[in-house]
Amino acid sequence: MISKEITILNATGLHARPASMFVQTAGKFKSKIFVIKDGNSINAKSIMGIMAGGISQGTTIEIQADGDDENDAIAALTALIDDKFGE
Amino acid sequence: MFIKEGIIASPGIAIAKALVYKKIIVEVNENKIENSEAEIKKFTDACVESHTQLEKIQLKAVSELGEEEAAIFGAHAMVLQDPEFIDGVEHEINDNKLGADFAVKTVTERFFTIFDQMDDPYFRARAADINDVGQRVLNNILGIVQTDLSKIDHDVIIIADDLTPSDTAQMDKKHVVAFATNVGSRTSHTAIMARSLEIPAVLGLTDITDTVKTGDLIIVDGLKGKVTVNPDPNMIKDYDERKIKYHGYLKELETLKDLDAVTLDGHQVELVGNIGEPNDVQGIVKNGGVGVGLYRTEFLYMNSETMPSEEKQTASYRSVLETFPNGPVIIRTLDIGGDKKLAYLTMAEELNPFLGLRAIRLCLKEVDLFKTQLRAILRASIYGNAHIMFPMISSVTEVRQAKAILETCMLELKEEGIPYNKEIKVGVMIEIPSAAITSDIIAKEVDFFSIGTNDLCQYTLAVDRMNQDVSYLYDPFNPSILRLVKQVIMASNSKEGLFTGMCGEMAGDPIAAIILLGLGLHEFSMSALSIPQIKKVIRNIRFDDAKVIAEEVLNLETGEAVIDHVHESLKKLKINI
Repeated sequence: MISKEITILNATGLHARPASMFVQTAGKFKSKIFVIKDGNSINAKSIMGIMAGGISQGTTIEIQADGDDENDAIAALTALIDDKFGE
Repeated sequence: MFIKEGIIASPGIAIAKALVYKKIIVEVNENKIENSEAEIKKFTDACVESHTQLEKIQLKAVSELGEEEAAIFGAHAMVLQDPEFIDGVEHEINDNKLGADFAVKTVTERFFTIFDQMDDPYFRARAADINDVGQRVLNNILGIVQTDLSKIDHDVIIIADDLTPSDTAQMDKKHVVAFATNVGSRTSHTAIMARSLEIPAVLGLTDITDTVKTGDLIIVDGLKGKVTVNPDPNMIKDYDERKIKYHGYLKELETLKDLDAVTLDGHQVELVGNIGEPNDVQGIVKNGGVGVGLYRTEFLYMNSETMPSEEKQTASYRSVLETFPNGPVIIRTLDIGGDKKLAYLTMAEELNPFLGLRAIRLCLKEVDLFKTQLRAILRASIYGNAHIMFPMISSVTEVRQAKAILETCMLELKEEGIPYNKEIKVGVMIEIPSAAITSDIIAKEVDFFSIGTNDLCQYTLAVDRMNQDVSYLYDPFNPSILRLVKQVIMASNSKEGLFTGMCGEMAGDPIAAIILLGLGLHEFSMSALSIPQIKKVIRNIRFDDAKVIAEEVLNLETGEAVIDHVHESLKKLKINI
């Protein structure tokens, strides 16, 4: 298992479109992927979990991935956040 | 026989049998189970069944309503596949030994509560989606079949508590002639649906589902907001006549469609429509309007989850411009702040939002946002007769600042080799008293004025019309408003080529239209449905008579006296409006 801490940069946070982009990207990987926010673990493949997580701009989260493609998964999700979801 | 009164949501008269659409809501109680495997299977089967149903509904919605309206069912499918939802239900069954039905109910309620309590309207709307999906799965587990609205073989009036997109999407619309519901307002889904189907609707009837049975004869009067249940023969006869009269009236208006808005003595004005999104132009075309007097671009921003890109905006503006190759299309730049907010733009809380950072004030502060929109309008301008309008102007300084930014955008496009209309008309909304009073100064900087009566009334009379205790003071016929309107029109007459329009609700009122015509208003912009009626008024009066009426009412003391005087004058002139 690997994990990485990252801060959300885009203005709207993991809201609506960014949330669904995040979940769809996570869904492409076989690894189990979780987002840890304030000690709570959220399934990164769940749109309801991610949206209900209230992850706004400036929030620091930890992404954990466990599986064969864990490195690629972390890289893809990090790229999405760094790119501010194309906003 | 009894009569109930509600909110008018869509005009027209319909007489037909009632179809009461009540959703069966079952009480599911906590129940402990032994065989969790069987319950898991029940849940999985119900999910598969729900999926099949959603796919069918989505297909029907795409073909009948279009991709955009159908997208909601894609969102429902996503909830159905959500691992937190599925794991949650399976956890309740396996570990807490709950029955499949109660487990679904528990998990649905848990997520519903989370989303329903969020401040953001986008998330609160998701709560309804979750409930809709949870209810569907629960119905499938319990084998409950809800009233099927997809197979109706005779004309009916749908009686319901409220209609959701799920309900109307699967509805067989051929035989639905009216809606009457317990709850709802002019802006609710049921109202919008009724207007697009062009059937009458009366909403907000509180308990119509309890007082009407399927098969009762019903009259829905969408002109007066009344619903008559089991009418007596006299009432039916009366309404049959009214229905014929109303259709005759619609036909008469229809004949006006292709005629000019010209007075008996040959004075011509322009009748145009207000729109919120590109699709709304169809209503203007159908009702004989010649262009767009107010394109409220804020809806493009409010209906989007992120800032709409230059490309996206250009495409929207272009499609409107191409509908009216010659007629004017007045595109109002972003008007948010006050009561309108954007999810993706942080705005400070204000004590007096209507006096605060809104419309042009916000755009002059957020220059990048403003430039994106101006560039998009300029790029679209080669496809028609585009006009740019700045809202909430209070002085000539703001006009100059906005025009300077517009010039920067023009220079940028020129350098990038992107074509635009160099002669694009630039105007301002006159909705703040200071702008009306100094309209002669502002006139030097612009090609047109458009008077926004809703805000002009609010700011001139210092009245919040949403506040029921003072809303009686809100009166567009108040002589103060009429005098300001006259002042603005006089200022525009002093400069060659400058014209004045009006895009508030006042322009669509027949009595007001006569006064405005007499004051010399050039362009009348209103909701598309009002265009035929105003055209009829204008074609039945002499400009000279309207001028006399307008001059006389300016010296009256109250708004009531103004309205009375116009009615009396029309009677003397033997004009029926």
